[in-house]
Amino acid sequence: MSALEKINERCLDLFEDLHFKAAREWKAAEPGRKVVGFMPVYVPREIIHAAGMLPLGITGGGDQMEVIHGDAYYQSYICRIPRSTIELGVSGRLDFVDGMLFPSICDVIRNLSGMWKLMFPNVYTRYFDVPQNYIDDIGGNYYTQELAELVEGLEELGGRKITEEQLRNSIALYNENRALVREVYDFRSKQPWKAPAADVYLLVRAGYVLPVEEHNKMIREWLTESEKVDRPLRDNCRVIVAGLFCEQPPLNLIKSLELAGCYVVDDDLLLVSRWLLEDVPLEGDPLHNLSQAFLHHSEETSAKYVPTLAEKGQHLVRAVAKRGAEGVIFASPSFCDPALLDRPMLQSALKKANIPFIAFKYAENSGQMQPIREQAGTFADSIKLWSEA
Amino acid sequence: MTEITTPKGASPEVIKDDSMWKQKEMMAGHYDRITSAHENGLKVCNTFVPGNLNELIRCFGLVNNLPEVNAIQSGLRKKSGNFVLEAEKHGHSEDVCTYVKSDIGMMEKGNIAPNGKKFPDPDVLLLSYTGCFTFMKWFELLREQYDCETIMLHTPYEGDGKITKNMRDYMVKQLKDDVIPKLERISGVKFDIDLLRENLVKSAKAEEDLVWVLQSAKNKPSPIDAYFGGIYYIGPIFGAFRGTDDAIEYYKLLRAEVEARVKAGRGPVTPDGDMGKEKYRIVVEGPPNYTSFRDFWKMFYDEGAVVVASSYTKVGGVYDFGFRHDPTNPLESLADYCLGVYTNLNLPQRVDMLENYMNEYEADGLLINSIKSCNSFSAGQLLMLREIEKRTGKPGGFVESDLVDPRYFSPANIKNRLESYFQMIDQKRSGKTKGVAA
Repeated sequence: MSALEKINERCLDLFEDLHFKAAREWKAAEPGRKVVGFMPVYVPREIIHAAGMLPLGITGGGDQMEVIHGDAYYQSYICRIPRSTIELGVSGRLDFVDGMLFPSICDVIRNLSGMWKLMFPNVYTRYFDVPQNYIDDIGGNYYTQELAELVEGLEELGGRKITEEQLRNSIALYNENRALVREVYDFRSKQPWKAPAADVYLLVRAGYVLPVEEHNKMIREWLTESEKVDRPLRDNCRVIVAGLFCEQPPLNLIKSLELAGCYVVDDDLLLVSRWLLEDVPLEGDPLHNLSQAFLHHSEETSAKYVPTLAEKGQHLVRAVAKRGAEGVIFASPSFCDPALLDRPMLQSALKKANIPFIAFKYAENSGQMQPIREQAGTFADSIKLWSEA
Repeated sequence: MTEITTPKGASPEVIKDDSMWKQKEMMAGHYDRITSAHENGLKVCNTFVPGNLNELIRCFGLVNNLPEVNAIQSGLRKKSGNFVLEAEKHGHSEDVCTYVKSDIGMMEKGNIAPNGKKFPDPDVLLLSYTGCFTFMKWFELLREQYDCETIMLHTPYEGDGKITKNMRDYMVKQLKDDVIPKLERISGVKFDIDLLRENLVKSAKAEEDLVWVLQSAKNKPSPIDAYFGGIYYIGPIFGAFRGTDDAIEYYKLLRAEVEARVKAGRGPVTPDGDMGKEKYRIVVEGPPNYTSFRDFWKMFYDEGAVVVASSYTKVGGVYDFGFRHDPTNPLESLADYCLGVYTNLNLPQRVDMLENYMNEYEADGLLINSIKSCNSFSAGQLLMLREIEKRTGKPGGFVESDLVDPRYFSPANIKNRLESYFQMIDQKRSGKTKGVAA
């Protein structure tokens, strides 16, 4: 087995392990260690790390876990990620998790934070709000104070103070992690035949369960090894996939897109890994710096308010230009308010820019890939055959 | 093309009290004011019900237009079904909020107000982003449609079940430094804090009477239905009339009518006249269905079921635990109002409130009407039901419908479920079974 295959296999093992063995082992290695789970789309993992804790990404149960209890908590018209997350909780798979953060993304995840408080009263549970006002002394001040409250909460949970120095060290590590993930995305965009979308996904996803130091090392090695790989370049079209920022698509869905003739050259999967677009400065007040980075240098996604009409959807138009993409595939989870409410506006921006797109829905446990493969395949063919380029 | 139709209302002749006529006049006048605003040199501000800033908007002479209320009107007038289809035809997902789709479909079909005249394009969209994620996207969609100025007022969620100083400071700062200066610029009217104080005094007066009316349901029999009837009662204060003399007058009139009913030992007024004997006292969680509103209500009063308290009637403001708009701290008071609306409360707070209603109003059970396209309300309701059953020992019931999409109102299913639920209450009273959700 090659070095690259070994990394990919390790990432697949981590992905498939719904008992979070790696995180459990990390916790057991030293007494007093704590693990803090977080849901999509963004939390400042630096603060959890600075508290000496392991940030653990919780993204539902995927297509390998049977949801038995979780369905009893939700009506049929609610998306799947909260029910499988409840399943992870009530089945004891998260019994080692000391805290849970529920970011501001939609009403379902918001309400899940309250459910968690009722169902798991001994777990430190926080709804993590972010500003929708991006003015420094309004939204900025509010967010800095929210970060300070998160610091206080984690200090109480961990039984020790978090120093500015610890925060700076953690910010530096996550700056490095984000830079490496960006490098992986750039590498894939340049040579997509060398970086299959499913492998890239699993590599980034490994960062949801591994300590950042280990993940950084893993990415570096992956980049070195991937460069050496010789794979055939196919006559695929280049697409961006959008709408996957919360409930995760089945791995087979990602693979199916490539099998259908689409190279995925960008996506909005696992956004926390590259949410902040520039390095967070290490000088000055770390919380202020994190706040400023959120306000002025963070990803666009459907969970955020876009202050001007002119800017709406432009992040996607720019991504198409930057990545040399030929089209956009909107893959949205069923019943996902942010993705589905946003979609018509994003499509309108693409139409104005003459960028072709298609749309379909999925659930994390979707089993039938044939219709998706046919739709994506037809899209790829139509781009190849009929696009003006 | 597919036509969605819904059955006609239960009875052609509806019996109305004086307060109902007063409200009808107020609403008609309001729609005339909106549709003639531009002719009369007035500017229009579209905003939402939860967290609306009516007292502030009025300081700038703006006319307030509420898209949810328009969607409700479309639902009640059985027009929303085709509006929803129209929006879906234009690419809006079948999975999302039907208020949004009704509103967008209505625009596509000419944007006609209930008075038969065209709604004017808004001059400003004031997004009071309170308690519902969809609002944010809805306003982005409206902005795309109207290409007008948009002001965002972000209300933080009470994740930990309390209003912190940081949240209140953030709200006040947004009002002072962003919302008010923009409203001044758009309206051309300088902000007068004393006028705001005057409006807040009026709000508090009306709120006092509203609370008295809602709490009158503690009487046996209850003189009001606090859900179906309650939706009419909250109309003026949740809509365009908070902070007006009209609202004060309406609630004074309503209170006098309800006082008379209490004195006479009479039950609620229904569309078919006085309700018969009160057999079941129910607390309801969740919004109603508007496309078959009267049919839904009839399923209750035909069985002698009266709703004594509901969470939906707190969606535009929670007043029954003491909050009143406060003229001595005007901006802080607006902030607290926005932060405290029902859908901005966390789930444990919502459970506590329902438990309080179950006990204070001596209810026989909790019924949840779960709305397909409203995640803000619906996500978590099954846990809420279990919690209430556990805490009170009273049976819970669960029905499903939608706000304004008639495809999701299944009368036979709902009636059947309600009848079973009422039977379960009977059995529970006679001590035959343990409470299990219907």
